[in-house]
Amino acid sequence: MVEMVLSEEFAADSRAIAVRRFGPGERRFRAFTAAAALIVLAIFIGALTALVIGAWPALHAFGWPFLWTQVWNPVTEKFGALAPISGTLITSALAMVIAVPVGIGIAIFLTEICPRSLRRPVGIAIELLAGIPSIIFGIWGLFVFAPYFQQHIQPWLIDSFANVPVLQDLFAGPPYGIGMFTASLILSIMILPFISAVSRDVFETVPPALKESAYSLGCTKWEVMWRVVLPFARSGVVGGSMLALGRALGETMAVTFVIGNAHRISESIFAPGTTIAAAIANEFTEAYGALYLSSLIAIGLILFVITFIVLAAAQIMLYQLERRAGGRSQ
Amino acid sequence: MNRARYAMRRAYSRLFLALCIAATAFGVGWLILILGDLAIQGFGGLTVDALTKMTPPPGSAGGLANAIVGSLIMTALAVVVGTPIGIFAGTYLAEYGKHSWLAFVVRFVNDILLSAPSIVIGLFVYELTVLQVGHFSAWAGATALAVIVIPVVVRTTENMLLLIPNTLREAAAALGTPRNIVIRTITWRAARAGIMTGILLAIARISGETAPLLFTALNNQFWSTNLNTPMGSLPVVIFQFAMSPYDDWHTLAWVGALLITATVLTLSILARVLEGKRSSQ
Repeated sequence: MVEMVLSEEFAADSRAIAVRRFGPGERRFRAFTAAAALIVLAIFIGALTALVIGAWPALHAFGWPFLWTQVWNPVTEKFGALAPISGTLITSALAMVIAVPVGIGIAIFLTEICPRSLRRPVGIAIELLAGIPSIIFGIWGLFVFAPYFQQHIQPWLIDSFANVPVLQDLFAGPPYGIGMFTASLILSIMILPFISAVSRDVFETVPPALKESAYSLGCTKWEVMWRVVLPFARSGVVGGSMLALGRALGETMAVTFVIGNAHRISESIFAPGTTIAAAIANEFTEAYGALYLSSLIAIGLILFVITFIVLAAAQIMLYQLERRAGGRSQ
Repeated sequence: MNRARYAMRRAYSRLFLALCIAATAFGVGWLILILGDLAIQGFGGLTVDALTKMTPPPGSAGGLANAIVGSLIMTALAVVVGTPIGIFAGTYLAEYGKHSWLAFVVRFVNDILLSAPSIVIGLFVYELTVLQVGHFSAWAGATALAVIVIPVVVRTTENMLLLIPNTLREAAAALGTPRNIVIRTITWRAARAGIMTGILLAIARISGETAPLLFTALNNQFWSTNLNTPMGSLPVVIFQFAMSPYDDWHTLAWVGALLITATVLTLSILARVLEGKRSSQ
C-alpha cells in the first residue's frame, strides 16, 4: 500500500519533470510549424491585398466599365481590360479544346493499350513535357514553330476555308505565324501532361470487376472505355482539366512570345492578340504613369480572381474524389 | 446475333483506339521536336565564351556568365528561405493540424498557390518590395522565387510525411518521446528522400521561372553580386535576347534555353531516382 502510493507519487513527479523539461520545447516546435503554415496563408492574403491596393487607382478611375472597355491607350491614359480578358479566355478555351481529347486519349493509351514495357518510358516522356519551362516553349514557338506554320500550314488553311461561311472569318487575314491560334496550340501542348496525368491516375482506380463485367457482356475495348471507365472517372477527369485550365489562364512566357501582343479583339484566330499575363509581362517595366501601372495591376487582379475560381473548383472536385477513393478502400 | 453490327462496333473500337495512339504520338512528338531543336540550336552556340563572357550589347558577341551567376544566386537564396518554411508548414499539416480548420484552409490555399499564375506572384512581390524600397533588386527576385518554392515543398512534405506508417510514431510515443522529438528524429528522417525530392522539384520549377523576375530582379547587363541592385538571370536574358532582332543575341538565347532545360531535366531525373529509392526501400 505504502509502496503503491510512493510509486504513484514518483510517477506524478517524473511526469512533472518531463513536462517541465520537454513541454516548452514541444510548444515552441508546434508554434513554429503553425507559424510556417500561417505564412502560406499570409502569402495568399497578402497577394490579394497588394493587388487590390495596387489596382485601386485604376478601378476607381474607370469603375466597372473597365471590365468591358476595349480601349487601351497609354497616351490618353484610357484603359479597359476587355481585349486582354477576351484574349485570355479565347486562347485558354481553344487550348482546352485541343488538349482535353488528346490528354484523355494519352491516358487511355497508357492504361489500356500500351504494352507494359513501353508504359514507363511513354509516361515519363509525357511528364517531361510538364517539366519543360514555359520560356522554352516560348522561344521554340517563336523561332521554330511560328515560321514553319506561317510558310507551310497557315496559307493552306486560309485558302481552304476562304469560301466556307463562318470559318472564312475565323481563319482569315495575312499569315503572321504568330497570333492567337499559335498561342493556343503551344498552350495546349503545355497543359496536356496535367490532363493525362490526372486522368491516368483515376482510370487506374476503376475497379477491374467493373471493366471485366462489361467485357463479359461483349463490349468492345472502346465501349468499355467510353461507357464504363470514363463515366466512373468523370469527376477526376474534369478536376484535372480544370487544373490544366487554371494553368493555361495564367501561363505567361510561352504566350508572350507567340501571341503578337496587340490590344485588339479580332474575329480571326490567326490575328495577333494579347492575354492578361502577356500584357503585364510585356508592358509592366515600360509602363509610365501611375494610372498605366495601376491598370496593369488591375488586370493582374482580374486574372488572380479568375484563376482562383477555376482552381478552387478543381480542388474541390479532386478533394471529393479523394474522399470517395478513401471511403471505398475501407 | 447481328454479325454486321458487331463488325461495325469492332471497327469503331479500332478507330478510336488508333486515335488514342495518335494522341500519344502527338504528345511525344512535340517533346522530341522541342528537345531536338533545342539541342541543335543550343549546342551550335555553346562555346567557352558563351559561358564565361558577360552579356553583350546589341550586335556583338559575348556570353551569359553574369546571367548564369545571377540565376544561381537568386535560386539558392529562394531555396534557403523557402525550404524551411515549406517543410515546417508541411509538417504542421501532416502532424499537428491534420483535420483542423486551420489546416484545411492552409491546405486549400497552398494548392491554389501551387498553380497560381507566377506573373501574379511577381506583381505581389513588386508591390511588397520594389515599391517600398524604390528600386528593383536581387532580393526582390529571390523573394518572388521563394514564394513559388514554398507551396511545392509544403505539398510534397505533407504527402511524404503522411506515407510514414503511424505505428512508427506510436512506437516512439510509447517510449515517452515528446511529439516534436518524434517528428524531428523519426518521421523527418524516414521521409528524408521524399522531402529531398520535393526540394529538387521546387528548384526545377524556379530555374525556368521568368515572369516573377521580370519586374522584381529586372535585369543587369553587367557582372553583379550586389543583392540590392538589379540582377540578370538566365530566363530574363533569354526573353530579352529572343525578342530582339539581333542574331548574336538569338544564338545566346538558345544557349541559355539549352542550359535551363538541361538543368531542369537533370533535376527531374534526380528527383525520380530519389523517389525510386524510397519506394524500393
